Amino acid sequence: MTNALLCLILIITGLSIQFSNPSTVVKFNAAVTVHNLAGIILTISYGFFFLGNLFTPNGLHYVISVKGFFLRLKKQFLYYTIGIFRKETAPFPVDEDSKFNPLQQVTYVVLMYGFVPFVIVSGWGLLYPEMTLYSVLGISGLDLTDLLHITAGFGISIIMCVHIYFCTIGKNPTSNFKSMINGYHESH
Amino acid sequence: MLMLLCLLAFTMIKTSDTSSPVNIKIQPEQETTSRFDHTKFKNAAENEKCFKCHGQSKYTYENPESQKTVTKRMFSELVMNRDVFYVSNHREFKCTDCHSEDYESFPHAGNLRMEAIATCIDCHGGDEKYAKFEFEKIDTAFLASVHSEKHNEDFTCWMCHDAHTYKINARSNENLKETITYDNMICLNCHGDFKNYQLLTDKAKPNILKKHEWLPNQASHFTNVRCIECHAKNEDTLVVAHHVVSKKQAVRKCESCHSQNSILYASLYKYQVSEKIQKEGIIVGLLKGESTSIGPDKSNTLNIISLVIFGLTILIIIIHAVLRIKK
Repeated sequence: MTNALLCLILIITGLSIQFSNPSTVVKFNAAVTVHNLAGIILTISYGFFFLGNLFTPNGLHYVISVKGFFLRLKKQFLYYTIGIFRKETAPFPVDEDSKFNPLQQVTYVVLMYGFVPFVIVSGWGLLYPEMTLYSVLGISGLDLTDLLHITAGFGISIIMCVHIYFCTIGKNPTSNFKSMINGYHESH
Repeated sequence: MLMLLCLLAFTMIKTSDTSSPVNIKIQPEQETTSRFDHTKFKNAAENEKCFKCHGQSKYTYENPESQKTVTKRMFSELVMNRDVFYVSNHREFKCTDCHSEDYESFPHAGNLRMEAIATCIDCHGGDEKYAKFEFEKIDTAFLASVHSEKHNEDFTCWMCHDAHTYKINARSNENLKETITYDNMICLNCHGDFKNYQLLTDKAKPNILKKHEWLPNQASHFTNVRCIECHAKNEDTLVVAHHVVSKKQAVRKCESCHSQNSILYASLYKYQVSEKIQKEGIIVGLLKGESTSIGPDKSNTLNIISLVIFGLTILIIIIHAVLRIKK
């Protein structure tokens, strides 16, 4: 829940900074302050997540089993694109042992071990620009950090949109939002 | 064009009669290490008469009265570095193009100190060859600036642009960082140097770092933008703004630069953007001319790509949701 809220704040303020204008909804100064603050909290929160996954069984949910991986992925994909409209049951029911369906698992691994650490590191680089490399392959290190930060942020935003939509795929459109709070969701 | 030369040092050597200079044999001081051969320049041989004393920190001459060889230190402000002069815009000039030919005799006459020094517009004004540099507009902008307003005629072009060292930068240097440093050093020459600052005022020199404490990532701003971006009013047709405004009018709002309508496109990036447009056409030029370094609104290309991806995502979600509801 904290991470989702932080991500939402970071996306809104990030967009305000990206498309800043005197008439933007969130004023530039406020957007920068809130964005920085939310980024710092997200770093701490991510630290807990990372350590938690390292030292508790929760980390197992993020370990992708290679055997039959593409087959499972295909099965879940077909469910989302065809099966769901035929009211078929979800091919990978969610339980305590398996928190994510295969597609979700890949997405979360990419998100939590790819985009999020990437956006955090590049964010800190922008917070302290003097730490960034002066030049990388002839491109300004600061520009590159900036570009990567925005690209990773954009990736997170897209995942967030899909994530929010998938929360409506439950017994009823609101039931899955509960899973955002407790971390466990209904099958879909 | 003219040079503010070395008058004072020429007159530092005491003579019994300055109106009738004695023939003193000046021995050139040992040559300083040079990066390149200056002799290829048009007036190098002629200029060497001046450089042999003014080209280094000390000079030697024979005093005919005492019959002794005297070594004196050259007043630092009158030392002209050959290497810097011969890469400057005025490198093809003779010293005496701008300074009196009477300087050719030594010791220099005292009244030469009173020599009138011309300004940029005196040589460049009304000259078709230099029309693209808009000297008249620069002059108008400068006359409206706080520098001209506060210090009247005491503040001349030379305060910022030493004719011996000035080298065009914003139009010729593709390395933006170098242009930024070069231009900022012009401001810091007075605003960062107490001796120079007090030439025009008795006020204590403000501490620039302290005055800009409010600026986030101060060091990054100082190295990535020029002082004039915030402290000068931009004129559409000028590449480098000369209308320096008072501190009250200086830009303080982040969004003035960090926005879609960043003022930096009309100042710092103006030349690069307009050059690219000229070379590559308006669409490619505008796309490539955009720099990512000002933060927001990096590039239209990326904005369009991200908008398309975002739009497709939302479209797929809507189609999916509609199909789910219908079934």
